[in-house]
Amino acid sequence: MNLRRRYLRDRVMVSLVFAGTIIVLLPLLFILGYVFVKGIGALDLNFFTKAPAPPGEGGGGMLPAIAGTFIIDIMALAMGGLLGLAGGVLMAEFPDHPLNNPLRMVANVLGGIPAILMGLFAFVIVVVPMGGFSAFSGSVALAILMIPIIMRSTEEVLKLLPWELREAGLALGLPRWRVTLSLILPAAKGGIITGLLLALARAAGEAAPLLFTAFGNQFLSLSPFKPMDSLPLKIYVYAISPYENWIRQAWGAALLLALLLMLTNFLARRATRR
Amino acid sequence: MENVRMETKEVTVFYGQKAGVSSVSLPMYDKKITALIGPSGCGKTTYLRALNRMHDLNPIVRIEGEVLLDGENIYAADKDPVVIRRRVGMVFQRPTPFPTMSIFNNVVAGLKLVGVNNRDKLMEVAERSLKQAALWDEVKDRLSEPAVGLSGGQQQRISIARALAVEPEVLLMDEPTSALDPISTQAIEDLLATLKEEVTIVIVTHNMQQAARVSDYTAFFLNGDMIEYGPTDKIFTNPTDERTEAYITGRFG
Repeated sequence: MNLRRRYLRDRVMVSLVFAGTIIVLLPLLFILGYVFVKGIGALDLNFFTKAPAPPGEGGGGMLPAIAGTFIIDIMALAMGGLLGLAGGVLMAEFPDHPLNNPLRMVANVLGGIPAILMGLFAFVIVVVPMGGFSAFSGSVALAILMIPIIMRSTEEVLKLLPWELREAGLALGLPRWRVTLSLILPAAKGGIITGLLLALARAAGEAAPLLFTAFGNQFLSLSPFKPMDSLPLKIYVYAISPYENWIRQAWGAALLLALLLMLTNFLARRATRR
Repeated sequence: MENVRMETKEVTVFYGQKAGVSSVSLPMYDKKITALIGPSGCGKTTYLRALNRMHDLNPIVRIEGEVLLDGENIYAADKDPVVIRRRVGMVFQRPTPFPTMSIFNNVVAGLKLVGVNNRDKLMEVAERSLKQAALWDEVKDRLSEPAVGLSGGQQQRISIARALAVEPEVLLMDEPTSALDPISTQAIEDLLATLKEEVTIVIVTHNMQQAARVSDYTAFFLNGDMIEYGPTDKIFTNPTDERTEAYITGRFG
């Protein structure tokens, strides 16, 4: 076999890999580019500072949805983060705990359930007993979505730490909980934050769990116990409306949401690197 | 007259059904160095970890027999493993500096994390422990730097200083120099000689020369059994058991 043929074959294979990469990247670039072109025009001062206007009037903005997105997602992260962390710590630090197998099964099942069912679940356990749609119920739905993601990422980063680290702490006469809290969690901080942010980014883009929980609201509401608007919901409602002004704003909302999620993902990567 | 600080009576450690070490009875004399030697897999580390209840973390491990610390069985129902480990410290094979902590915080971790916050007291302990670990002169000007920036040998001495900071009565060392270069090994062997004026030391080593250099007593382990125990010079010059002789003369292992 001569050398030139091997070089040729090498070049062909490298080109194929390169072409494959481009093909994978194209849809992403296309979506981002399209959303950018369609949405950038809608992003004016009113978009960020005004409540929505009726369809015929023109003007108006997304302030309730923007504020609502942050409020709902932060509440969801607080609840889902706490429970997901607890589960991940249990699975990684207490591998022989009898609760681990059921917990792992629940995480796997939860991870495979369609997002809209999370909304249905939150509807049944929060909306019905509390007698109405609320931002809080939306946060519960998103929190349930986050839990399996956070649990798994937490478990994985904790398992990367050498077991000797735990033993070194225990050998100093530290109780087990103290070792976990003061030695293990700080050592895994970067990875844990990455997991939290990725789960947040995943949940923040979902409209389905919010449809019959947070429900949406035309007016600015900051109360967690009232219906609240959110960007994904607004995109859903506006995009299927017949009004040109609303559709334009739906593109704007989509662009803003995409930018926020990209920022979250970027921060998540930075947290790991440090 | 020499006092027995720690003692095991027919200690057997089971991994599931299989015994890792069988029926080992050994004294560990106060302020002396006892070396545990033997080929890989002979059970010396398994035995060592039984001395501060490190096996408690592994549910398949079961321990029979008695481990006496100052005459009291550390496996008795009323004994708290956390308290036992405070009295019986441990240094591991690989250096284990706490990655998020400074040199200073590493050394005083055992005190700080149980609520000792008096800055002067912590400083005093850090200086004493680092001096005991023969590291003070090398790190005294950079105590606030991260401990992971130190060399392997220095990290191991940080681990030793950290173990000493809580003032244990007994210090268990599991092949503390096997991951280190000869110069760091020398530094740690030198410090053992001064350390034993204050603590009782049990050291596992697969390096026979090291055992001969540093220890007062030596126990030879083989296939989970303790074959022979005695003063180090007797074990190395005039062993009774032919297997011991075969091992120390390098015929296997």
